[in-house]
Amino acid sequence: MNKEIICIGCPMGCPLTVTVEAGKVTNVTGDTCRKGKEYAEAECINPTRTVTTTVSIKNAMYALLSVRTSKPIPKDKIGECVRHLRRIEVEAPVTAGEVIVKDILQTGADLIATKSLDLYQ
Amino acid sequence: MEAYDLAVIGAGPAGLAAAAAAYEAGVKKIILIERDREMGGILEQCIHTGFGMFYFREDLTGPEYAARFIKKVKAYGITFKLNTMVLQITQDKTLVAVNKEDGLLMIKAKAVVLAMGCRERTRGAILIPGTRPAGVITAGTAQRFVNMEGYMPGKEVVILGSGDIGLIMARRLTLEGAKVKMVLELLPYSSGLTRNIVQCLQDFEIPLLFNHTVVDIHGQDRITGVTIAEVDIETKKPKTGTERKVTCDTLLLSVGLIPENELSKQVGLALDPATNGPVVDEGMATSVEGIFAGGNVVHVHDLVDNVTRESEIAGRSAARYILEQKKAATLKLKTKAGQGVSYVVPQIIHAQQMAEEIALSFRVKEVYKDKRLEVSLATDTKTKVIRVRKRRILVPGEMQEIKVKKEELLAAIGTGESASGLVLTISVRKEDEDENE
Repeated sequence: MNKEIICIGCPMGCPLTVTVEAGKVTNVTGDTCRKGKEYAEAECINPTRTVTTTVSIKNAMYALLSVRTSKPIPKDKIGECVRHLRRIEVEAPVTAGEVIVKDILQTGADLIATKSLDLYQ
Repeated sequence: MEAYDLAVIGAGPAGLAAAAAAYEAGVKKIILIERDREMGGILEQCIHTGFGMFYFREDLTGPEYAARFIKKVKAYGITFKLNTMVLQITQDKTLVAVNKEDGLLMIKAKAVVLAMGCRERTRGAILIPGTRPAGVITAGTAQRFVNMEGYMPGKEVVILGSGDIGLIMARRLTLEGAKVKMVLELLPYSSGLTRNIVQCLQDFEIPLLFNHTVVDIHGQDRITGVTIAEVDIETKKPKTGTERKVTCDTLLLSVGLIPENELSKQVGLALDPATNGPVVDEGMATSVEGIFAGGNVVHVHDLVDNVTRESEIAGRSAARYILEQKKAATLKLKTKAGQGVSYVVPQIIHAQQMAEEIALSFRVKEVYKDKRLEVSLATDTKTKVIRVRKRRILVPGEMQEIKVKKEELLAAIGTGESASGLVLTISVRKEDEDENE
């Protein structure tokens, strides 16, 4: 199977054609440096993204607390991850780095706070 | 009147870095003034990753990046005032500011670092015709609403402009449940990072239409839709017959940033019309003695890492000025944007007092592939190419950097040259092009 992707290694944005056979990248064309092949491997076999979003917070200066996954999770779980977090509400104070949800959606990644918010009024 | 050695205006990434660097260089009596209710500036609403890859070799979110500098500033015991707006700076470095606790506030400083950042271009700046309903907002405003205040700006969104903030907001609004119908770009290419085009648009199947713009806005109280049209690549004028109506309840504008220089103008700093920021030298000193500047107030950066580095130079130079009271040397070079280049920062280099090596920042005018970057020095009598670098790709959306060494500049100037008329030019040349224009 051939996949058409754009390499994000640099602003060249080379259009790559990647041949995937039996779950393995067997050929890459359109790449103009070694980054192309590496990116094609990562993007076609198991594309992952670090998810950054927010959860509701009570008694803080803002209504929302910014959060991220501690490591990239499979790309096809981004939507489910964000929907799952709509139900979550935390309370100030929170310290950046604090785990908000452990092992989110069994991805092995924790959801952690990226901002410290003190108790407010 | 309160007296300080150094006053830093703005506690975003630029002001934080400048204050910390000045402290580390030996200045202890520093005040940092911020108009928002917390330090960190725009980073606090940039909850996505991509910050710090160069400075920390880590992929941080905006708040995480800011926190590292806020922690430093607090640990150093640097005085900071929040919710405080600086209204005026005078030539003798007296600041007039206002806040709820102190009322009108006068601060006398030996040196000032300007770190006011930039602001977004609005509908007025790009003159979109049509009615004036609610729901037409800048991408950065939407980002603050969605990421900090907890408001969704709308459900059906059209985004004009494919700069990074627009792309980031396309993903953000989609994840929060809005339908982002399309991103329109007037130019035939995006000024955003390829990574953002892939991960913010393609991941969510959001169309990106090049050579397109909004030609009309509809709706009375709330926006109900826009008319979009294809534009001619050369003239940028809408092509008749290509107009079509797109319904939406929100139009986001991501159409560029302007350095915020009201204070700079008031105090009479020389501004560069190409950057819309103050003219600076290699130490980020402006045209008024004792006033320095760094970050987006000088020129709009793509990466916060570069804002930090530039502002650290401003902070260290301010410290040197306060502690040593050194005057600038007389041998002065002007930098010039040559063929294919839209601006160069710094605009002035004092070759005798510069560091062993300095970085020149600049932007190119359009997309170039397989070109040479050339730095040449012209004196009254001759022009000498001092540096050539091959580049596979140059894009306007990515700030470029080229380094020059003190010894090569001094060697090229030679002896007996007059201090005036020295020009350092950066140009884009074809692989086979001669150095004579």
